[in-house]
Amino acid sequence: MVVGTSWGGLDAVGRLLAALPDSFGCPIVVVQHRGAGSPAGVMRTNLQRRTALAVVDAEDKEPIAPSTVYLAPPDYHVLVEPGSLALSLDAPVAYSRPSIDVALESAAESYGPSLAAVVLTGANADGAAGAAAVKRAGGQVYVQHPADAERPEMPEAVISAVAPDGVDTVEGLAARLGSQR
Amino acid sequence: MRDALEDLELRLLLEGIHQRYGYDFREYARSSIRRRVWRRISEEQLGTVSGLLERVLHDPACMDRLLGDLSVNVTTMFRDPSFFRALRTAVVPVLRTYPFVRVWNPGCSSGEETFSLAIALREAGLEGRVRIYATDINRDVVAAARAGCFPLERMREFTANYVAGGGTRPFSDYYEISGDTARFDPSLVDSLVFAQHNLVSDGEFNEFHLVVCRNVLIYFDRSLQDKVLDLLQRSLVRFGFLALGSKESLRFSAHAGSFDEVDGREKIYRRTA
Repeated sequence: MVVGTSWGGLDAVGRLLAALPDSFGCPIVVVQHRGAGSPAGVMRTNLQRRTALAVVDAEDKEPIAPSTVYLAPPDYHVLVEPGSLALSLDAPVAYSRPSIDVALESAAESYGPSLAAVVLTGANADGAAGAAAVKRAGGQVYVQHPADAERPEMPEAVISAVAPDGVDTVEGLAARLGSQR
Repeated sequence: MRDALEDLELRLLLEGIHQRYGYDFREYARSSIRRRVWRRISEEQLGTVSGLLERVLHDPACMDRLLGDLSVNVTTMFRDPSFFRALRTAVVPVLRTYPFVRVWNPGCSSGEETFSLAIALREAGLEGRVRIYATDINRDVVAAARAGCFPLERMREFTANYVAGGGTRPFSDYYEISGDTARFDPSLVDSLVFAQHNLVSDGEFNEFHLVVCRNVLIYFDRSLQDKVLDLLQRSLVRFGFLALGSKESLRFSAHAGSFDEVDGREKIYRRTA
């Protein structure tokens, strides 16, 4: 499962993790836009307080393990390969590095129908092209309801790009994902 | 799931490049090479990977353009300033004990990191006692790096990183402005040796006290990473230092046992075996 978010994302991802069951086995990759100078470890510590799943800062070639949340590091793209994560310093995509599109497109390529994309609050359109790639590969797309989002632009961009499998509050999405994964 | 046909095309492209031009990208990390290949396909206004294969095989100029896409990694001077602080405190004191210090900076691309190292080591008092060998697969970027010229518009960013990395002088002491270019002090270039070297297919060529190879291995798959780490290890003197990118790690590699961790966060290691 890949979660993409930008403005307001730390709170939204925290809500998502808090609402998922402790037994949630599906690995989660979180791609949140952050500044290159973001202090290391702060986001991880914050999120770890809200979940029993292991929260780690992703490193290059990190194997993907169950019940683990991988955070994309600031100023790198994260790409999802079959069974592991790869980082890159390729140019920012739509001014973003990490780019949600890059993560979703690579994850769609590697995991196809078994992938779920979750797009939460954000003030730009990153993630819409990636969500389309996920749908083309047979995966599922879930979107935070724009009214539930601190910034609605990112969820709205996804909703206008694809037909999502679910649009709901963060807790509503967590309930659906928790029951099927 | 992976598009089997496109996967086949990609393998044929990389095989074709290897057989025709000798560049071996076959074990590069698949997901990022795929993105870079598609960028070239769209620039060339082609529709398929096979279409690019045909053009690359028949048109060496297209190969040059693709080589640029596949090999050029844009970086900044003093990227990760905390690394340069750790270099000054944890590595330089040991380097000072050698009469002469050889440093290797493989995958130097356009040279931002090489010049950063040259400045940091000079300020650490190693001037005249250090030579930095900067190598890259791409002959054109090596030639450009040797000139020591960077766009003036980047100096603000470079200066901020330099200061954050523990720089001790006005950064502008190191370059002269000519038009929209900042030309770095030729006496810095005197301590640098630029050469074409392919980490995948070329062997070791010297013994080094420090190898700085940051954010190069991320473009390789696991098995190629292990081969290149083997080359880097063989290129180090016993107790020589290896610096990787801050999100790279020996943890997942077969070589973890041959190195001690000097600074876990900045990914500075020391060869022990």
